[in-house]
Amino acid sequence: MKMAKMTGARALLESLEHQKVEVIFGILGGAILPVYDELCGNKKIRHILARHEQCAAHEAEGYARASGRAGVCMATSGPGATNLVTGIANAYMDSSPIVALTGQIPASGVNTSYMIGRDAFQEADIIGITTAITKYSYQPRTVAEIPLTVNNAFYIATTGRPGPVLIDLPKNVQSGTADVEFTNKIDVRGYKLPTEPDLARISEASSILSKAQCPLILAGGGVITSGASDELVKMSDLLMAPVATTFMGKGSFPENHPLSLGSIGMHGNPAANKLLGEADVLLAVGTRFSDRATANLDSFAPNAKKIHIDIDNAEINKNIEIDVPIVADAKVSLKLLYAATSQKLQKGEGTAWTKRVKEAKEQLSPLLKELPKNLVPKALLLELRKLLPESSIVTTEVGQNQMWSALYFQALKPRTFISSGGLGTMGFGFPAAIGAKVACPDRAVVDVAGDGSFIMSEQELACSVTENIPVTVIVLNNSILGMVAQWQRMLYKRRYMAVHLGKTPDFVKLAEAYGAQGLRATSIEEFHKAVKTALTSKVTTVIDVPIGSETDVVPFVPPGCGLPQQIGDY
Amino acid sequence: METGKTKVISILVENKPGVLHTIANLFRRRNFNIESITVGPTQEPDTSRMTITINGDEKTIDQVVKQVAKQIDVLKVSELEPGHFVMRELALIKVNVPNSKERSDIINCVDVFRCRIIDVSTDSLTVEITGTPDKIDAFLNLMKSYGVLELARTGITALARGAKSIRIDE
Repeated sequence: MKMAKMTGARALLESLEHQKVEVIFGILGGAILPVYDELCGNKKIRHILARHEQCAAHEAEGYARASGRAGVCMATSGPGATNLVTGIANAYMDSSPIVALTGQIPASGVNTSYMIGRDAFQEADIIGITTAITKYSYQPRTVAEIPLTVNNAFYIATTGRPGPVLIDLPKNVQSGTADVEFTNKIDVRGYKLPTEPDLARISEASSILSKAQCPLILAGGGVITSGASDELVKMSDLLMAPVATTFMGKGSFPENHPLSLGSIGMHGNPAANKLLGEADVLLAVGTRFSDRATANLDSFAPNAKKIHIDIDNAEINKNIEIDVPIVADAKVSLKLLYAATSQKLQKGEGTAWTKRVKEAKEQLSPLLKELPKNLVPKALLLELRKLLPESSIVTTEVGQNQMWSALYFQALKPRTFISSGGLGTMGFGFPAAIGAKVACPDRAVVDVAGDGSFIMSEQELACSVTENIPVTVIVLNNSILGMVAQWQRMLYKRRYMAVHLGKTPDFVKLAEAYGAQGLRATSIEEFHKAVKTALTSKVTTVIDVPIGSETDVVPFVPPGCGLPQQIGDY
Repeated sequence: METGKTKVISILVENKPGVLHTIANLFRRRNFNIESITVGPTQEPDTSRMTITINGDEKTIDQVVKQVAKQIDVLKVSELEPGHFVMRELALIKVNVPNSKERSDIINCVDVFRCRIIDVSTDSLTVEITGTPDKIDAFLNLMKSYGVLELARTGITALARGAKSIRIDE
């Protein structure tokens, strides 16, 4: 490989180019200036100036989740780095591959009071702060180790169970000069590569599945990560097994498929929650059985033998006792499991179980209930599905907007539904939409937001307008922090505290102030027209949709209850 | 509050800065309780061994081992099989010596327990004792009647018995 004398900053950019990085979402500052100086005039890497570092990290994650490739964000030391923390935590919880680059004050130099460990200006121990929320972190101390560090970081972020990796770059390493050798080498001695599926387990699982009377598949985010959606559909067709997804698994199985049950969980589709309790075999793929998905563990699929495919061995038996664990990639495992099962089982016609599935869906699925005529969230989201091509990407904020989207907006393809599942970060959806749009410029990207969440990252309008990244934001505007208000209503005797947002901004004017387009819709017809206008617009559009402030997301499994104990008329 | 038996986990890690922080942080974050932890280099200079004793039920220990194994700086982790490993702890105990009668009593105990006296002053003795935690506890109990002025225990370190080893290449 080639060897050349250069600065650390130059070595970093060449290493990023080597990783085929096209875009960095970031905000600069003193301790990262040498890298920005090298970015000046760089033709291969586009820099997108976020307006808050947290959003830069969310943008990188939106990019990663839409494209399947690592997203990159960058910030300066101190507050720049600490502002990334929520974004890094979000990526960690949702297993998204991002690489975060942070400037750091010098590790050595002539001015010894301006050195790591001396509490210098804008010093923060970002590695210490993020240890629990990164897959790994690096702090190169020499220029020469930068290429290997970058290779390792991308390798760790994108393989196995993906996650965020941080590279903290002392300023003297950015500006120092050395002979740098570029390499394809990856060297992470302690990294455990995903294992191949244990064939004995595959055989055991296929025997159980082929004898199942009421099999049910639960698909999590791991199916999307591993690109196993086709294998999942084949498996479901072979077993005639209905497929429920976790919230993170939404989009892994086409929700308009006759065997789709939608999502399980606290605000899951009641058909999914109900049938899970009736299944005799559960095939769970790429899921960590989060509390919001399982609700009370005692009543989670109590009658089912459980097969769990996951690439992370630590997820086996963490929350749910498993009968047959398969620790491997979801796609590889499903292929083998399909091959083994299809030898034992003829593709079924309708069975008593498929009849039951159909019946349960007809009785319980909110999508098949009456369609409201006025502009309530359900009507709006059903209309949105009709307006958007299948490949369009929908992101959401967190709260009622998110749960309504999960219930009523059918995701038909993987990587088209992007939301903050594990951490539940309000303000995630809009920057994630910007990142997704950068990854997929030819596809429509829509953020379904609430007014409370949108305000948390509204300043990124400046980014999307200035950088020509047109997305659509639909603000379900109820002037209240709706989900917590719902909890106060249902669980705290309507004692409302700190949920009323009072005089929220006029979102049409707010959009216009940033140079975006602002529209308002008060009926389904107006909404239809507004979305059509937004989708053909070359500038970001905010559609303000006033809705009632006391509308609940129902059904709802109260905390501590089991999945079948859903309450609320819907 | 005992919820299970004390287990000993042996971990080979990268010998580099920050690794102890990573492991200690993992235990804190996952709500696992460490009873003791010892760290030191192995026969390979780039590798350290951590010996952790932890109290928990089988499910907890299973999670500990899996979560530790997942760490990138961890090269190998294994729960030492009860009865099939040797373990030692070292303690330094400074004992109060009120008079010469008691001084000779303490020295007798030191002989019985095969400890060593490593420092002497007019009114104290410092004893070095090596053994299993039980042995150290027993000796400490005896010393309490004289008055323990200071105590430093290392926590246990352990190796699997015989040819069975926890090595990176095995």
